[in-house]
Amino acid sequence: MDLEEYRRRARAWLVENAVEGAEGVAAARRFMAAMYDAGYSGISWPKEWGGQGLTQAEELAFAAEARDFTLPIYAFSIGLGMCGPTIVDLGTDEQRRRWVRPLLRGERIWCQLFSEPGAGSDVASLQTRAEPAEDGWIVNGQKVWTSVAQYADLGLLLARTDVEAPKHRGLTMLVIDMHAPGVTVRPLKDMSGRSNFNEIFFDNVHIPAENLIGQVDDGWSCAVTTLLHERLSISGGVGMSGARDNPASFERLREVVDTGDPIVRDQLVELYVRSRALTLFNQRLAEETRAGVFPGARGSAAKLLLAELTNFGADLAISLAGPEAVAYDDDGGGLARAVSQAPGLSLGGGTNEIMRNIVGDRVLNLPPEPRSDKNVPFKDLKVGTQQ
Amino acid sequence: MKLVLSQEQQDLRGSVRSFLASVSPMSGVREAMESADGYDRSVYDRLNGELGLAGLIVPEEYGGAGAGHADLAVALEETGAALLPGPFLATVFATIALLPERDKELLTAVAGGGLTATVVSGPSAGPDGVVSGIAPQVINGLDAEVLLVRDGRHGLVAVDADAGGVTREALGTLDPTRRQARITFDRASGRVIAGSAAGEARSRDLIAVALAAEQLGVLRASLDAILAYSRIRVAFGRYIGSYQAVKHKLADMHCKLEQAESIVRHAAWAADESPGELPEAAALAQIYLGRACFEVARDHLLLFGGIGYTWEHDAHLYYKRAKADEVLLGPPRAARARLADLLEL
Repeated sequence: MDLEEYRRRARAWLVENAVEGAEGVAAARRFMAAMYDAGYSGISWPKEWGGQGLTQAEELAFAAEARDFTLPIYAFSIGLGMCGPTIVDLGTDEQRRRWVRPLLRGERIWCQLFSEPGAGSDVASLQTRAEPAEDGWIVNGQKVWTSVAQYADLGLLLARTDVEAPKHRGLTMLVIDMHAPGVTVRPLKDMSGRSNFNEIFFDNVHIPAENLIGQVDDGWSCAVTTLLHERLSISGGVGMSGARDNPASFERLREVVDTGDPIVRDQLVELYVRSRALTLFNQRLAEETRAGVFPGARGSAAKLLLAELTNFGADLAISLAGPEAVAYDDDGGGLARAVSQAPGLSLGGGTNEIMRNIVGDRVLNLPPEPRSDKNVPFKDLKVGTQQ
Repeated sequence: MKLVLSQEQQDLRGSVRSFLASVSPMSGVREAMESADGYDRSVYDRLNGELGLAGLIVPEEYGGAGAGHADLAVALEETGAALLPGPFLATVFATIALLPERDKELLTAVAGGGLTATVVSGPSAGPDGVVSGIAPQVINGLDAEVLLVRDGRHGLVAVDADAGGVTREALGTLDPTRRQARITFDRASGRVIAGSAAGEARSRDLIAVALAAEQLGVLRASLDAILAYSRIRVAFGRYIGSYQAVKHKLADMHCKLEQAESIVRHAAWAADESPGELPEAAALAQIYLGRACFEVARDHLLLFGGIGYTWEHDAHLYYKRAKADEVLLGPPRAARARLADLLEL
């Protein structure tokens, strides 16, 4: 089937199946199962683990069509964008068999357990411990900012297995059963009033030996793989809503502001220019990916630009709309929500400052910042917030 | 859509880049800009003789290579990065204006004979091709051999630069690597080349795309220069590129480069393959590249520190080219107003 035909069929399927207003985890699971049955789940993932074994071209064609719909699969965005690709890249065949297909069929929701109260940007200073026990590990500690953990069945965990080693060399990646005894999930209310992320507590949680990803104490290199996928999935918008759903987008804003005013017109032009610039950059990255050039750390540039554009757009939208944007009836408040949610994109998945470090270090090959924490045993380091 | 260079385009880029590095390095650019002519004619002749660049987009039946605007963009990115002085860009503009009219005489002379030309607007022409009026600013107006006068009513009129009634005066220019002239026409005789409104509109868009490709080269070269320096310059015992104050600014400049390149590739693709999308893509390119190119050239100069403010350092040449290019086709607000119209705002 040629790409145009593939695209046409994908669109026809979406028109038929992407029902407006479907919400909640049950709907998400049903929709993922339907996507799987129709062959639109894991389009470019290897066939033997449950994917369709097609190319990035089909994956991107489907994503392009899906942008015009609201797919109710937010609960799966972490699994599809980060955890699943990590298992495909780094897991054993047994692990791929166990976890990939159930993710793609909507049977297992995943979350990613990296950040901690004392380890955000500097995630390698995390303190959650995994200590060897019979047939595996015992985990104690605390994680935070964990999206969709309140629904999750499985979590991709980064824990410290060696405190004598320097911080990057004593970490191990494990898959944890979120329903296991000792796991407590508490939703956190964010500044927009939603509870999309959580804090998680581990109290003597047992993890079986076969849940180890990669090698013991080599968790940092596994985490780098996950984080690469994370930035690409954010900038590429896996499971995210399209511009159509964003009241601060150019398309929506032009409908509600007075374009007869030359200043308003020019500000809309600026929003359009910035939006198009990023769209075309993402399309170029996608074309390169299709041609076999993996964007790697350049995904961090796209993520940074998306964060800046989102904040610029929300800020501008309120300014253009005026006072009515900040006081509204029950059916209003879209722009207030947009400006309340906008900072999230500059923080989640790595702050703007961390993105600039990554672009500087890994894309531009600039000399690294001198560091005092790299070769010191973790137990001798200052971490978190201290007086 | 095609936003990634083909193997042939990468080869073209490689050969133009290595040609310019050996034939027109920055030392040569400086010699040329301080010379009486402002450029080295032999460089222009070799650019055409060895690489055939002036005929790149001229159809094969007129002796050109029959290449597309995406290929032209690749070449212009390199001549921009090298700050190549001389009438290459001006002649490209003239070629673009001539293409819709398929003027065999001039296109053949540009592609095969090394003829230089520039587009002139301001003066008006009669139906007999007699031109009068003042063109206040013409790029390479002093060295172009043919002046292609764009008249609103009668289309294009080709006037020989040394025809009677043509007076050319050199102007002072911000950018020492690209000169401009004021040209007065006093009943100068030219040859009328028919023109259409559609052809003129398309030419205007294609000229904006060509300029944007040059700006992409200026942007990239500025960024590359300061990146190289940031990796070797030490202050307070550290390479300056290791400081976040510098590194973060460079990361932002890189983000502008990524978006700028995407916009230029898209506009050049639209020029070749999707004419309906060209007007908007060209306006976007003109707006984005004008700003991004100047901002990156400015920040690269600033990051060099005091040395970047000296005449002997090349930073100011990029800075000045970037600013001159930003307003070459009119003030940025005109392009922004045009985009607003195209978007039906």
